[in-house]
Amino acid sequence: MLTHNQLRQGSRVEIDGLPWIIVGADFVKPGKGQAFTKIKIKNLIDGRVIERTFKSSETVAKADIIDTEMQYLYSDGEFWHFMDPGSCEQVALTTIQVGDAIHWLKEQEAYQVTLWKGKAIAVVAPQFVVLTVAQCEPGVKGDTVSGASKPATLETGAIVKVPLFVNEGERIRVDTRTGDYVERAK
Amino acid sequence: MTGHPWRPAASRSILQQRARLLQRVRAFFWQRGVMEVETPHCLPSVAPELHQDPIVCQQGFLLTSPETAMKRLLAAGLGPIYQIGRAFRSGEHGALHNPEFAILEWYRPGWTCLELMTEVEALLVAVWADGPGAPCGPDRPAAIWRYADAFRHFAGVDPFTDSQATLLAASRQGVSPLSPVLPSCLLPDDLEREALLDLLLVQQVEPGLRAMGGAVFLVDFPPAAAAMARIEPGPPAVAKRFELYVAGVELANGYQELTDPIEQRARLLQVNRQRQELGKVPLPIDEPFLQALAHGMPECAGVALGLDRLVMLAVGAERIQEVMTFPSDCTQPDNNNGGE
Repeated sequence: MLTHNQLRQGSRVEIDGLPWIIVGADFVKPGKGQAFTKIKIKNLIDGRVIERTFKSSETVAKADIIDTEMQYLYSDGEFWHFMDPGSCEQVALTTIQVGDAIHWLKEQEAYQVTLWKGKAIAVVAPQFVVLTVAQCEPGVKGDTVSGASKPATLETGAIVKVPLFVNEGERIRVDTRTGDYVERAK
Repeated sequence: MTGHPWRPAASRSILQQRARLLQRVRAFFWQRGVMEVETPHCLPSVAPELHQDPIVCQQGFLLTSPETAMKRLLAAGLGPIYQIGRAFRSGEHGALHNPEFAILEWYRPGWTCLELMTEVEALLVAVWADGPGAPCGPDRPAAIWRYADAFRHFAGVDPFTDSQATLLAASRQGVSPLSPVLPSCLLPDDLEREALLDLLLVQQVEPGLRAMGGAVFLVDFPPAAAAMARIEPGPPAVAKRFELYVAGVELANGYQELTDPIEQRARLLQVNRQRQELGKVPLPIDEPFLQALAHGMPECAGVALGLDRLVMLAVGAERIQEVMTFPSDCTQPDNNNGGE
């Protein structure tokens, strides 16, 4: 259980039988009156944001959540399948649960899957991924300084802006937080 | 700040403004013939409050306010007095709270609450020195609202006569219209009346006062949580108490002071009983304070003002920590005797 001092941004709590992440917390109290903790929480399943107020003497349950590394296997169009490399157990996530990570999913690669009470509810790509350029305009040799860019489609279907010298078939490093090209990978 | 935890939280410029402000406060009282006094921050007993917990130290308690010690000075005949000191309230951390804070407290023998409110307003004018952002001034006097009227206006309830169910329904509508968040604020059903009123105050009345801006005195409070104020029988019975809000921030709390030692002892014992019901430890009764009342304390009005909050409002800071040299680290549990 979490006491009001432990209700901070980033804590994951269980309220009304659902998992939430705290996105804002404040302590409010009239000078002579009771203390309350106001938290703004985001639902980890459907993303809605609500506000809740607690008496500061109350405790809030910590959500039974773990983040674990899993291998991406394949998508059947409806679900996205991952496997725990240790136990070989598989989990499936919907497109909504996969969220933004969808642009960076490559078979056999490892991703961080969030499990709530053992059920997968979300997936996060590593901050940097290396992916092959599937399609782009031919490279302009020697242009490594001009700063101009062109769109390139990666093997996962994501489209990122790359410098002019990048060629089809080359592997590049991408920042998944921003979707920006970082460098050519070996 | 990260990486340099030894550095002060407040900037040099804010600390300079803070020093200037303190100087203006002292000049204000000097001109009005109010004497500065100092009383101990640590004493073996305190005046118990239901929802304030002192910090325990080896010799007694770090005080939640200098009230009882200053009243002993009043009984000793010192006349009008003020103090700039520190107060301690265990467990209070937030954008407007730090467990140790600067307090300005003063007493005016022979005065009424209303006269003291006029002086509080004059202090605000002096502190801002007619500068930008002054919450009140000659052409913009502070407003006076009855507690009940503020609740009717901002929360749509009557705090004295509406049923518990009505108050609960109002608090469930919950979130202020200023907040972009979906209205879902389901509260536990077991909140008692006082807690519901406190919740409506912080959730609806204070944001309403913030939106209104300026300086507003709330007056005529419910008698609960006014352990040292005179109570008018009514009906409805109201505590002769005022709270000053500036831009929705609670800045000062004043009383028409209770002078009857028998009634005062009964109220302190009552607070201790309520503390025990909440699972908190009872606090030792301040006997020297009650002896001073028995000797005879002059009729008076008194007020305590949060100096850090005053600085915060004057410099336009968002959080109280921005105007403190070394605010407490909220990740460290403090020495709490409250038993919550």
